[in-house]
Amino acid sequence: MNPLWLSHFTATSSIGHGLKQTLAALRELRTGLAPCAFDTVDLKTFVGEVAGVDSIQLPAHLADFDCRNNRLALLGLMQDGFAEAVRAAIKEYGAQRIGVFLGTSTSGILQTELAYRRRDPASGALPADFIYGSTHNTFSVADFTRCFFGLTGPAVAVSSACSSSAKVFSSARRMIEAGLIDAAVVGGVDSLCLTTLYGFNSLGLLAEQPCRPYDAERNGLSIGEAAAFALLERVSKKLNADAVLLLGVGESSDAYHMSSPHPDGRGARMAMQDALKMADLQPSDIDYINLHGTATQNNDAAEGLAVAAVFGTSTPCSSTKGATGHTLGAAGGLEAVICALALQQDLLPAGLNTQQIDPSFKLNYLLENRQLPVARVLSNSFGFGGTNCSLIFGRADSSGLVHE
Amino acid sequence: MTLTAYIEGIGLIGPGFANWPGSQAVLGGQRPYQPAKTILPTTSLLPAAERRRSGAIVKLTLATGLEAIQAAGLNAVNLPSVFSSSGGDGENCHALCEMLASSDRQISPTRFHNSVHNTAAGYWSIATGAMTTSSVLCAFDASFGAGLLEALSQVVADNTRTVLLACDTPYPEPLFGARPIPDAFGIALVLAPERSAQALAKISVSLTDMPADRFDDNALENLRTGIPAARGLPILRAIAQRADDRVVLDYLDGTTLVVDITLC
Repeated sequence: MNPLWLSHFTATSSIGHGLKQTLAALRELRTGLAPCAFDTVDLKTFVGEVAGVDSIQLPAHLADFDCRNNRLALLGLMQDGFAEAVRAAIKEYGAQRIGVFLGTSTSGILQTELAYRRRDPASGALPADFIYGSTHNTFSVADFTRCFFGLTGPAVAVSSACSSSAKVFSSARRMIEAGLIDAAVVGGVDSLCLTTLYGFNSLGLLAEQPCRPYDAERNGLSIGEAAAFALLERVSKKLNADAVLLLGVGESSDAYHMSSPHPDGRGARMAMQDALKMADLQPSDIDYINLHGTATQNNDAAEGLAVAAVFGTSTPCSSTKGATGHTLGAAGGLEAVICALALQQDLLPAGLNTQQIDPSFKLNYLLENRQLPVARVLSNSFGFGGTNCSLIFGRADSSGLVHE
Repeated sequence: MTLTAYIEGIGLIGPGFANWPGSQAVLGGQRPYQPAKTILPTTSLLPAAERRRSGAIVKLTLATGLEAIQAAGLNAVNLPSVFSSSGGDGENCHALCEMLASSDRQISPTRFHNSVHNTAAGYWSIATGAMTTSSVLCAFDASFGAGLLEALSQVVADNTRTVLLACDTPYPEPLFGARPIPDAFGIALVLAPERSAQALAKISVSLTDMPADRFDDNALENLRTGIPAARGLPILRAIAQRADDRVVLDYLDGTTLVVDITLC
């Protein structure tokens, strides 16, 4: 593929608002997970809740979009000058030449969960102030973002569970390559809600303690929330040495089971191999793998096998979900931003909470941060329904696209 | 900028529409449209356990998709796919929200995994064995147009065939009151980058701000505006009328899609 430039990017999760706080937390090995005190949830589990979401106010003309997920989206958009960067891109390319591709799994479903507590006792009707389309609907967060910037080009929510905001990079790549747009706002926003907390609980997949990816004693995930965004553009000029590029995308389906990965990680392997192929790279060219690493028994076992099959045993890898929790539909976007930080800051982030790596894994799983030059990284995102996506990012100076 | 592809197969199910061949006389104007509740076929393609667990959106998606692929003489196992739905499994969503508002929040695992927007895509992959990529999209009322643009981008950028599956099913009350989708409706299109023997029509699509085409027939117009996936019906009407045509489809507020249709 023709590399695409992540000209601006930002992330907001339980480990921080924006890049500066996120990087500090990664450097200091700080987790954002805390005992769940969300809404009326009575589950013994830890969550990665973003501070300050409730106090965010949407602009008056976008009041119909008001819900936790869109508040989180706005909080995310306001970090690191991202909104200003999008506005500058609109001036450069035009409002119809910029696409919006945002991943989410549950969008504003919390709004409906809350509305169901306020049904009319006689008729059963939902309260009059409930607005389905601009809150609950899966498109809501993409539509909010589109309206916030006044964009008039293609806009869509990608909702393939926990691969959603990795797959947005693929949809944007194709549409840029096809020539329909010049740039894209991509990313993912997912927020805490009862559906996912009680849902993962019903599957026996919620850990009681902070999740421990790839640990011998791992026993489930911790749910988090996040908003992550990137502005993707063609490489039309010489870039700075540390500019971050999207170099390859691999996508596959397991064709196996709705809520369990293929035990051999067959689909995961295909996604990683296809990403390498699209980037025209060898496994040895990858300096770090940000694992999907949810800390469920099945995910880590299948992914561990797939990674070892493609990369062998020496490529440094970790899951950052011990820090952020599993942010579901936002995970691909959040971890893409963490990969971008790794590339720019020469930082391989450690996996937190893991005490003893499962001895069945033959992997170079990082329990300590490493500071060393990083040229190219791969990020995995897999989801329910057997959906898999791997992304490869690299520095411009490793791809020959640097300003001399 | 115009994106071009060839339609090689069509699947259609909706109120008064049992399949594509049986719907052409109505859409072509030779027979009046008579709405009747959508009949969802069951599929033998899914294993019994999955079949039991699958809701209306899965049945509708599988049936329209398979119709299109069989008409094109292709095998689903090799085809990338684009699933576009404005809302997913409405019955399941209602059941979950009802339980989560009650004193007993112990929802079932099946309810939970059927709550993801890519449920139909997951079952499709299990049913067909396709390990290819699938894009799973939602754009509320613009979902048909969003799916069409995604599918065309695949065809053009990656020089591949793909199948677009645009399907919607209703919510029960009380969500129906907030989102009144009247019935189930789905269109599936197999799209290809090159003209082949089985090509039905060439479509060339670009963004515009022209007003969308409407149906003169009130019942058909109600269907088009009532169910997001039915926003694609003007393309099928042109093919059923067996005449080259230019149609404008609803997409986002202020942005529509102009589609030039040339029969093959």
